[in-house]
Amino acid sequence: MSEFFPPLDFNDTFGMPWATPKDFIWNAQIVSMGILVSLSCGLIGTFIVARKLALMGDAISHGILPGLAIAFIATQSKALLPMFIGACGAGLLCSFCIEWLHKKTPLKMDAALGLTFTSFFAFGVLLITQMGNNAHIDAECLLYGEIGFTPLAESIYWGSLEIGSRPLLSIGLVTLIIILLITIFYKQLLVTSFDQTLSVSLGLPVKAIHYGLMLLLAVTIVASFESVGVILVIAMLIFPSTTASFFFTRMPAILLCSFPLSILYSFGGFFLARWLDCSIAASMVVVAMACFGIAWLIGTEDGIIKKYFFERKLSEKTAIKEGTKKASSFPEAQS
Amino acid sequence: MDAAQVADGLDLVSKTLRFFSFSDHSVQVVVLGVIFMGVGCGLMGGFVVTRKLSLFGDTLSHAVLPGVAVGFLWSQSKNSISIVVGAMIAGFLGVLLISLIKKSTKVGLDSALGLVLSGFYAVGICLLTRIQKLEFGNQSGIDRYLFGQITGLSAADVWSMGISCLLIALITTIFYKEILVTGFDPGFAHSIGLPVDLLQYLLWMLLAFSVITSLQVVGVILVSALLIIPAATASIITQKMKALLIWSASLGMIAGVTGSYISFLGSRLPTGPLIVLSSTLLFVTVLFLHYENGLFIQWIRLRGKDRKIALENTLKAVYQELEADNFFHDTVKLGNLAKRRRISMPEMYQESVHLVRKDFAFLLRGENQTLPSDNTLSLTPTGWSEACRIVRNHRLWELYLTNEVQYPADHVHEDAEKIEHVLGDETVRKIERILSNPRKDPHGKLIPSQQDIEQGYIDRRIAKSLP
Repeated sequence: MSEFFPPLDFNDTFGMPWATPKDFIWNAQIVSMGILVSLSCGLIGTFIVARKLALMGDAISHGILPGLAIAFIATQSKALLPMFIGACGAGLLCSFCIEWLHKKTPLKMDAALGLTFTSFFAFGVLLITQMGNNAHIDAECLLYGEIGFTPLAESIYWGSLEIGSRPLLSIGLVTLIIILLITIFYKQLLVTSFDQTLSVSLGLPVKAIHYGLMLLLAVTIVASFESVGVILVIAMLIFPSTTASFFFTRMPAILLCSFPLSILYSFGGFFLARWLDCSIAASMVVVAMACFGIAWLIGTEDGIIKKYFFERKLSEKTAIKEGTKKASSFPEAQS
Repeated sequence: MDAAQVADGLDLVSKTLRFFSFSDHSVQVVVLGVIFMGVGCGLMGGFVVTRKLSLFGDTLSHAVLPGVAVGFLWSQSKNSISIVVGAMIAGFLGVLLISLIKKSTKVGLDSALGLVLSGFYAVGICLLTRIQKLEFGNQSGIDRYLFGQITGLSAADVWSMGISCLLIALITTIFYKEILVTGFDPGFAHSIGLPVDLLQYLLWMLLAFSVITSLQVVGVILVSALLIIPAATASIITQKMKALLIWSASLGMIAGVTGSYISFLGSRLPTGPLIVLSSTLLFVTVLFLHYENGLFIQWIRLRGKDRKIALENTLKAVYQELEADNFFHDTVKLGNLAKRRRISMPEMYQESVHLVRKDFAFLLRGENQTLPSDNTLSLTPTGWSEACRIVRNHRLWELYLTNEVQYPADHVHEDAEKIEHVLGDETVRKIERILSNPRKDPHGKLIPSQQDIEQGYIDRRIAKSLP
């Protein structure tokens, strides 16, 4: 047991990664990959959590596996575009199947969800095992990925100028697109997330927005699965906005919280993984979980401490308030 | 057929014989294992799915992972009781955390499940990747909990699976009534003095048992499939809980045996996914082809009903069109009918063909041959009495609503539009008695009576011959 936790060498953990320029570039790529993935997921996740679709994210992220496998079999390469098309197709099909089962059969939503994504995933695993060893995607990699290989990926060149590694660039592009789309369609997203009836009566394309969001989710997963795995994606969809909701109740504030939180997750996870010598992606989730726990404890909105220590004062206050309200509602008391 | 194909065929036959003769030791282990797993997961799934908690199973199967890792770390071997104990504790902590988050924060149930699922899983992965770096952790086998590996199944594993399956069957039989009541009506269960929370935790414990023992065969993600899919299939077949449990257990068993048989045939076919896919196949088959609740048969039924309603509406329209000019003509132009029914001309033509086929009307060519809307319909005696019956149902119901239920006269039409197609003779007689055989509906129109229906055709002729 004792050998499990290695002694924390402060210099080795925090200093060494940045000591030489080569190390610095290498590790900065890993950390920025983590930041970009958590940021893009966090931004979409805010809307997904608000729509109570958190488990839909889980389902779709597993459901894209057969799409990736088919794209790989068809093209025999890990080129971005076919992978992207395959994954989006499978993701949308998965989401469509879930909705169809939910609406047209007596099955409840949870059963429809669980049934569909496990079947898709099983099919994907079957396809991947048929490809044998020449496949460079495997189900394990999809599940928990290896962010540490980010700097190893081939670079993209503009003419002769090296721009950066492919996964980093693609997730950067996706993050930019997401930020852009959210800024443009903020109002529509907000209304459809909280008030379906109002948005239908306003004439908003509710279904199109729903499937657009699902498509965006699939895009994010494709851009990030190679390096961080599905589980990190699911975690990053849910953790930032739920953590922020302990401090803020307004949507823009929660969205903005994704920025500092993703930086915190990424650096925290990186150092934790360096100390324990374990999976970076999983460590990031562990850090996110710790942040959630701390926020739950000290949160100003719904935190345990506030609730526990200030509850009595608060209930006294509200009792007094209600008492005066009641008293003022009797006309004879006023006169 | 060439030699290679013959050899393949023979190989298939011999492998099938080997599988089903049950003589091979490895086959025995695998088949017994999947049978126990199918029955255990099927039974638990029945309870979980009917409580709308399908994704609890999913979360639980991810949440046990850190427990598995810690248990492995504790005993430093992969076949031991400490892994099971660790997994149980981790699963329990996960369930506890979900209910805590649900109770004390505004976070929704779906997000709470997702938080626990991904958080616990990540802790598990952290521990496992760390363990692989330690010297004793380098033995393969710990990652079989992620995807399952049926070939690694030992006789001891099968024993533990059998015991957990037996335990599940025994406890659910003994406490069947109690578990059922707490599941469907917790408030009532509490009021008759049942320990609701205790029973809930008993159920979670059993669920954790079945999840942990199945982990080694199908892995973390696909365990939830074994819980959900057979039970979902059973819920389409039957609505009764006992039958549902039996169906669910047997479907889980069938899927297990089928999946392991198919994977036995090939060399590179993974068992877990094949078991899941065979149960998905069973689900799809039942969903579409079940003789009573299948989508196919329901579609046919619905189509029949839609057709009948459309036909009756056309007959009614014919009656109304005839009534509009006091039964002076005995034919109706298709164009007028289409206008009244608010459908297009080709649809109307299709409808009139249906009427003719049912022997309710004749289709007569109009004067202007090129215009289909000039074609006319003339009702036969059976068609006439059928039309009268529908109109009578409609107007009786309108009158009943205004006189007995005190509806305003301008609100009764929509209701009557729906009810006219489903009123039976008995109900019609009853309404007649209540309203003492009325002649006029609330809008002042004639309600064609039984007598009119019987003699209507002749009467109309007489009425026509009179000026």
